[in-house]
Amino acid sequence: MPTTIIQTNNKPFKRVKLDPITLDVIENSMFSARWEMDAVLFRTAMSPGIREQGDEFPMIANLEGKMVVGQFGSFIYGFKEAYDGTMEEGDMFLTTDPYACNGAVSHVNDWLLLRPIFKDGRLISYAAMFGHMTDVGGKVPGSLPTDASQIFEEGIRVPPTKIYKNDVLQEDLLELILHNCRLPHWNRSDFNAIVAAIRMAEKRVLEMAERFGDDIYYSALEELLDRNKTAMCKLIMNTVPTEKQYFEDYICDDGLGMGPYKIKCAMWREGKKVIFDFEGTDPQSISSVNFFLNEEMFKMFCGVYMIMVFDPAIMFNDGFYDLMDVRIPRGTLLKPVHPAALSCRTHALGRIFDVLGGLLGQGAPDFLCAAGFSDSPHLMYSGYDKKGEWYQLYMIGFGGVPAKPMGDGPDGHSLWPSFTNVPNEFLESYFPLIIEEYYTVPDSGGAGYHRGGNALCTTYKFLEPGEVSIHDDRWLTYPWGVNGGHPGARSTKTLVKANGDTELLQSKCDRIKVEDGDILYHVTWGGGGWGDPFTREAERVAFDVDAGLVTKEGAKENYGVVISKDGSVNKSATTQLRKRMAKSRGKTKLFDKGFTSIKELKERCKEETGLEPPSTPKFQKWMLEA
Amino acid sequence: MSYRLGVDVGGTFTDLLLVDEKTGRLYTAKVPSTPEDSSIGVFNGIERVCDNAGIDPAEISSVMHGTTVATNTILTGTGAKVGLITTKGYRQVLQIARSFVPGGLGGWVIYNKSNPLAPLGLTIEADERISASGNILRKIKKGKLEKDIKDLSKKGIEALTVSLINSFANDANEREIKKIIRKKKLLPGVPVSLSSDIVPEMQEYERTITTVANSYVRPKVSEYVKNLQRGLKRKMKDVKLHILRSDGGLASAKASESNPVNLLMSGPAGGVSGAIWIAQQAGYDNLLTFDMGGTSTDVSLVKNGKAAQSRETSVGDVTVRASSVDVRTVGAGGGSIAHVPELTGALRVGPQSAGAEPGPAAYDKGGAEPTVTDANVVLGYMPPDVRLGGDMTLRKDLAQDAVKTVGDSLGLSVETAAAGIYDIVNENMYGALRLVSVEQGYDPRDFALIGFGGAGPLHANALGKLTNSWPVIIPPGPGVLCAYGDVTTAIQDEASMSFIRRFSDTSKKEVVQIFTDLTKKASKTLDAEGVAKKNRTTTYQVDIRYHGQGLLLTVDFDLSELRKKGLNAIGATFDEMHEQLFTFALPAEKELVNLRSVVRDKALSVKAPSVPRGNDKPSRAFISKTKVFMEGKNRFASLYERSKLKQGNVIKGPSIVLEMDSTTVVLPGHSGRVDKFGNILITPDA
Repeated sequence: MPTTIIQTNNKPFKRVKLDPITLDVIENSMFSARWEMDAVLFRTAMSPGIREQGDEFPMIANLEGKMVVGQFGSFIYGFKEAYDGTMEEGDMFLTTDPYACNGAVSHVNDWLLLRPIFKDGRLISYAAMFGHMTDVGGKVPGSLPTDASQIFEEGIRVPPTKIYKNDVLQEDLLELILHNCRLPHWNRSDFNAIVAAIRMAEKRVLEMAERFGDDIYYSALEELLDRNKTAMCKLIMNTVPTEKQYFEDYICDDGLGMGPYKIKCAMWREGKKVIFDFEGTDPQSISSVNFFLNEEMFKMFCGVYMIMVFDPAIMFNDGFYDLMDVRIPRGTLLKPVHPAALSCRTHALGRIFDVLGGLLGQGAPDFLCAAGFSDSPHLMYSGYDKKGEWYQLYMIGFGGVPAKPMGDGPDGHSLWPSFTNVPNEFLESYFPLIIEEYYTVPDSGGAGYHRGGNALCTTYKFLEPGEVSIHDDRWLTYPWGVNGGHPGARSTKTLVKANGDTELLQSKCDRIKVEDGDILYHVTWGGGGWGDPFTREAERVAFDVDAGLVTKEGAKENYGVVISKDGSVNKSATTQLRKRMAKSRGKTKLFDKGFTSIKELKERCKEETGLEPPSTPKFQKWMLEA
Repeated sequence: MSYRLGVDVGGTFTDLLLVDEKTGRLYTAKVPSTPEDSSIGVFNGIERVCDNAGIDPAEISSVMHGTTVATNTILTGTGAKVGLITTKGYRQVLQIARSFVPGGLGGWVIYNKSNPLAPLGLTIEADERISASGNILRKIKKGKLEKDIKDLSKKGIEALTVSLINSFANDANEREIKKIIRKKKLLPGVPVSLSSDIVPEMQEYERTITTVANSYVRPKVSEYVKNLQRGLKRKMKDVKLHILRSDGGLASAKASESNPVNLLMSGPAGGVSGAIWIAQQAGYDNLLTFDMGGTSTDVSLVKNGKAAQSRETSVGDVTVRASSVDVRTVGAGGGSIAHVPELTGALRVGPQSAGAEPGPAAYDKGGAEPTVTDANVVLGYMPPDVRLGGDMTLRKDLAQDAVKTVGDSLGLSVETAAAGIYDIVNENMYGALRLVSVEQGYDPRDFALIGFGGAGPLHANALGKLTNSWPVIIPPGPGVLCAYGDVTTAIQDEASMSFIRRFSDTSKKEVVQIFTDLTKKASKTLDAEGVAKKNRTTTYQVDIRYHGQGLLLTVDFDLSELRKKGLNAIGATFDEMHEQLFTFALPAEKELVNLRSVVRDKALSVKAPSVPRGNDKPSRAFISKTKVFMEGKNRFASLYERSKLKQGNVIKGPSIVLEMDSTTVVLPGHSGRVDKFGNILITPDA
């Protein structure tokens, strides 16, 4: 049963004709309100993931729940489908369970708050926001257990719940939830912060409706959605062919020693509609790398990507949703069945963007970007310090940004919207560790006419005994290069014990015991390269060598550029070398994935990475039959 | 006799304001700016203003000046070749920055990052280490470092910055490096800056970029200040030159040369100071300031006569840790271009600007794209046939042609399209005003709005309608306003340090001691300037948060209050602020982060000249009726000449008031009353 909305005033809104200026004015005001939501949250939240790094997502939607401003698309439709109850003035909902809200959030760390906004007894809009809590209980600190096989191991789940009724906080409920978290004072503060941001959005919506009139506000939102639909329709007609395009990519492993897992997607256009079909994607994992992908959210990813690549001037919202049909088979990695574990969904979430890039770009190579939106590597470190106080670090790392048609990918930067790193001096002040090195790894960015961004190496020296968890990927497969660009380098994690013993760590691991003086070399992946590296201006290569971002050897091997002792380009040697190398290479490839088959990749795994290759994933029988 | 002189260098005009310190008498002058070397314009102006006053320039004792030299050096990328020394392992601190990619989801696709202000090729590492609590974990390994510094010297660096990890907690290793360089003469003639001197606060990237930016702009600023001072000294022997800082205080010429990173907002700060000064004369203490120029608009909030401050200053894509008046800039000005993207069919204004070249279409300098100025011309707000001085002529036909392109794509008449451009640009500026008001928890209805800058008075009334901030104040002479700001500010300096302690980990005694030391440090500048002790006031500030939070709120407090009631007095103020800003306070422990003392000289009290009294009829200033398109209709508006307006005159909308360098629009249903000082105070009719 879907949600029942209770209004004391059932008069429908009237769609009125708007002058274009009023419309633009309302659009600007909506944007301001959305940025204000971020501002309020950043300033008052306590989870470093939210406040320093920006792992949060605001939204204002129309009365049907379509997102008008925001960034991850609307989850309200899914929420309303799943929630069997009433929704009335003064309600504010909290939910954290992906299965109870059709994937509106994709793991239980994300706390989603949703507020229907009423004016004069009528529902007029929604404001919603979710943010990643550092801890929500469960079997490991940080609540992201790699080896979970059920969602019950991943912390407290909250089904869609009225946490405010008639604008009164249900304190008992909140206390019950907080009691199940390891750092309840952080959750409390973050919860308050999200509530404050949503209330702010509500205030702005009501002000706007007051200023322009309810019908005009309502009509403007409809119009903004239509405007986006018209623009997207043109874009789709221009860029999506009617014949089927395929693309596939992989998650390297599942944390249990099996992998890789395939994500496959086909795309084609029928009339004005574009269809995405994930048929051929591997079945769900018995581990926690499943990603409960909400179809509406995927549409948003897709729309945003197309807009950014083809025409960044388009304002994105949910208006174009009818133009896309997304098919995700049940029981696959992207549509797992309850109670499959979901906590480590970040790898598949990231990989979706690489798949999308390849899928949309292959028909328009000039617009094609390389891969590297591969992941958001996590590091967790927790234990008791000398004073007996519990410390718990959760941090998102960054890698190399892919090269793209417009230029090089930045080194060690974030692909996630608005994310930033945590200053190392801050970390050293608040956690028992020292960061000995913080640099991007030369040559790790894929070579190309535009260079992929370099991987980031962070060297942590731990000062207290504790436990470490790591979530990363792209240690086996590579962020691929395009149009002749090379793949970026793989990620590695190495632990050097205080006694000198060296241990290669798996890309995904939990409960690694560390002692005072142990050192972790946390190296992420580089971004893929774009275009033929032999055509990159030799001076640009020399500049990178001088900067220490590319080595002299790397310049020679990957770019065919010979650098003299004084750092200048040896022009004649370079011309000759490039000619020779280009000839032996032959024609450039549209995609360079760095391997020819999974079998071949696994055969050289041990030698190249030092780690055993993952075994072929075992799926439960029913999934194979499904 | 002693005089002080305020000088503001604008894009078109250089304004000067001379004050007789004894009598408070004022003299002004306006001369064309000389962009190739702005000091030429300044000296021309000095001659003019001294002529007007009938004095010898030698009678001027101090010159106060706001400058955009530092800002322009960053914007045009013409700064020094800066070398950088970091801690081993951190050579790429500026390359990695905060890993932030702007533009939201997918923003990376169109983001090209600019190279660091200190190139990686000129960045070296020192093998040393300080812990976060300030212990020296590793002493500097000298041999290798000395060799690397010599290499930097060979590469011809013009300035060196040393920024080591955790130097905010202990600056010993930074000082040691400076000592080595001096002792062994490794970099003769190259200035060396330490991050622990420039901004001794936590966060390695911010501290490094701030110190590097300082080194980067230093040679240009220093050259400019030296030239200016030399020229001034030639004419006026004992004159003291002061430069307006970003935070609205004055710095000595010497301090400006060594800490130019504090001057990045010098220009806009002058406007804000001037606005505060004139509005206070008119009786208004709470203001939204709105300074609209050719390419951008600066807005700020003033509460109780004090401009809101920000701990960060942004110029282009460089953001540094330096106190400044919290001025938000939007890319919306007279030259902003209107366009209609094909795919969306929406009307957009800016951020592209026609700039000075080719400028708006109406200027007839080759510009064909429709700008905000063109919209104003089409609407009749800038009547081309009536000009009061200035050499610029306006071509209405060209403005119409340009705006028509937008009208055609939208299916609107030229007038309606122009009105659309006018409304959209107002909306953009309204967005900026919200950032400084509602977003900070202030209700704009509690403030008056003061509009200045070349284009401000054209849009101020319309913005007042959006913000509901009344009255809208249009001060006389938008250019000279900045010069007023320069003259009426006082010498100021500050000293700060990071002191990250939970309340339970420190004591009242410890905090009071630090503030006493900081005050001593900040006072040095004033000592050197010979500022009398009795004229000084000190403000004490802490940046504070709930332990675990990322935000910092700055709390001003009284040192005697702290002595009496302890840290909890500060805590209570913080709780209140948190509640006001974010609707809730927390039962969590509080944590001090930065401590700061700001010492300030007494400002010179200058009274604005008053205009002659008249009655409510402005008939003597009336020029003619003119056709305008206002609020969706063709109407006739009255044209007035500002210089003939008298105290007490009431200008009924729709009206347009002309003066040499600006035009004021009074909308239908509104009236502007001329006050004692010639300000026009616009309010809605009851």
